[in-house]
Amino acid sequence: MRYSILSVLGHALAGNRRWTPAWRDAAPQPHYDVVIVGGGGHGLATAYYLAKVHGVRRVAVVEKGYIGGGNVGRNTTIIRSNYLLPGNIPFYEWSLKLWEGLEQDINYNAMVSQRGVLNLYHSDAQRDAFVRRGNAMRLHGVDAELLDVAAIRRLAPFLDFDNARFPIRGGLLQRRGGTVRHDAVAWGYARAADRLGVDIVQNCEVTGIRCDHGRVAGVETTRGFIGAGRVGLACAGNSSRVAAMAGLRLPIESHVLQAFVSEALKPVIPCVITFGAGHFYVSQSDKGGLVFGGDIDGYNSYAQRGNLPTVEDVCEGGMALMPFIGRVRLLRSWGGIMDMSMDGSPIIDRTPVDGLYLNAGWCYGGFKATPASGWCFAHLLARDEPHPVATAYRLDRFAAGRLVDEKGQGPHPNRH
Amino acid sequence: MRIPCPHCGSRGHEEFAYYGDASLVRPDPATADAEQAFAEFVYLRDNPAGPHRELWYHAQGCQSWLVVERDTLTHEIRGAADVRSRAST
Ligand SMILES: Cc1cc2nc3c(=O)[nH]c(=O)nc-3n(C[C@H](O)[C@H](O)[C@H](O)COP(=O)(O)OP(=O)(O)OC[C@H]3O[C@@H](n4cnc5c(N)ncnc54)[C@H](O)[C@@H]3O)c2cc1C
Ligand SMILES: [Zn+2]
Repeated sequence: MRYSILSVLGHALAGNRRWTPAWRDAAPQPHYDVVIVGGGGHGLATAYYLAKVHGVRRVAVVEKGYIGGGNVGRNTTIIRSNYLLPGNIPFYEWSLKLWEGLEQDINYNAMVSQRGVLNLYHSDAQRDAFVRRGNAMRLHGVDAELLDVAAIRRLAPFLDFDNARFPIRGGLLQRRGGTVRHDAVAWGYARAADRLGVDIVQNCEVTGIRCDHGRVAGVETTRGFIGAGRVGLACAGNSSRVAAMAGLRLPIESHVLQAFVSEALKPVIPCVITFGAGHFYVSQSDKGGLVFGGDIDGYNSYAQRGNLPTVEDVCEGGMALMPFIGRVRLLRSWGGIMDMSMDGSPIIDRTPVDGLYLNAGWCYGGFKATPASGWCFAHLLARDEPHPVATAYRLDRFAAGRLVDEKGQGPHPNRH
Repeated sequence: MRIPCPHCGSRGHEEFAYYGDASLVRPDPATADAEQAFAEFVYLRDNPAGPHRELWYHAQGCQSWLVVERDTLTHEIRGAADVRSRAST
């Protein structure tokens, strides 16, 4: 069924008793052209674009838990394309363009809200770095504006402008950035893929990758063997564990990132705001809760929960930026496990195993990448060649020295 | 998480800096395959779910490097030893 204002009204008149599930609960078939491992945003988007753009119809997404239970439903929902490096800008800008047309394309309300992303700066050196980044963006046709303090005061008068240690000197604004309701992205892609015949198989954990003469033959799962012409891994956070089933070691450590949401307030925070002197970012959800986060905890973890020192650090960042936040009560906090790669950038590439493809290393910024990641991974799976905007994300770039290190931190996953 | 520093006793992990997998061994630069071995040493990790031997530096304490055995699934810490005691065994 196509969702429209008429379908909403019709169902309302029928007492909302006739809604049907948004996607089928598929049982695995013996064989597919492509099996995607991982039903997060990236896996579901990949399946959708495989079916829609490339006409590959015998596709399954195999998920060990339920759709939306991973990072796609745990992130702080920020989307933007304000990058510096030439390998990154075209990719993230393509993603933002796909977000701009996504809801019409998949016929699903994902609450894409281009409310703007404002990065604050606090020193002359930081201003110079932001000006450079803004110019790099504009050279690539991406929107970027440098705001002075007066303009920021109009936008967000509650900030602590004259903080003794970290006075606010200005900011770089990307108006087309913003937030998207993260669960709706998972559900919307799942529904749209399902309507094109993709099987979404939940509660089905991949436990092994079967190879035949060096070529992938399918996946062993808790629901039996599933044959596949090609297998694509999109297991954010667990990429190392799943790749190890095919004998691969990856340039990745798994780390935990925490997120926080407060009680609901009246509308106060107009856009996404990030603190430049510490790591703190905040936006306000349409329900009124302040959604915020900061640094990763910084040690290898698969626990999906973090420790209290990081909670303290995030809250200190919030207090330094907007002291009113101290009066707000915290409602919930949680953690998600992400692939932290060695240069802070992702991998979309073939692997040394024939027929096995990898989509991994998204760090804490992979939500904004969801549409383009799916688009480019589908392109790679269908055509066996990288998409033009994803050519920097090769697996061999580490050994070859072609790193994409946006922050210039070196091979320390917990510093990116 | 609290780390049992052999010199300072049980301390909160926020006093320490994390440096990752302690099982990595620096390759011999004189061997023929050194280039490949260094690329793996610098970039590739086992990244296990479960017991993990890892390096922590007690930056805000005794400034010793420790090898900590910690479970990455539960954050349980089984023990910590000074790296020098490892070097001597
Ligand atoms: C707290 C937090 C805040 C974040 N904030 C932002 C943000 O504001 N903006 C942004 O751009 N990014 C953000 N991110 C990062 C972003 O959420 C991730 O990079 C992105 O969601 C990862 O891709 P995914 O959606 O496919 O991952 P997931 O939803 O995690 O999907 C991976 C799936 O693989 C499944 N899987 C794993 N192993 C197996 C197996 N063996 N068999 C079958 N299935 C398996 C998992 O169950 C999971 O569902 C944040 C992350 C966290 C944790
Ligand atoms: Zn000590």
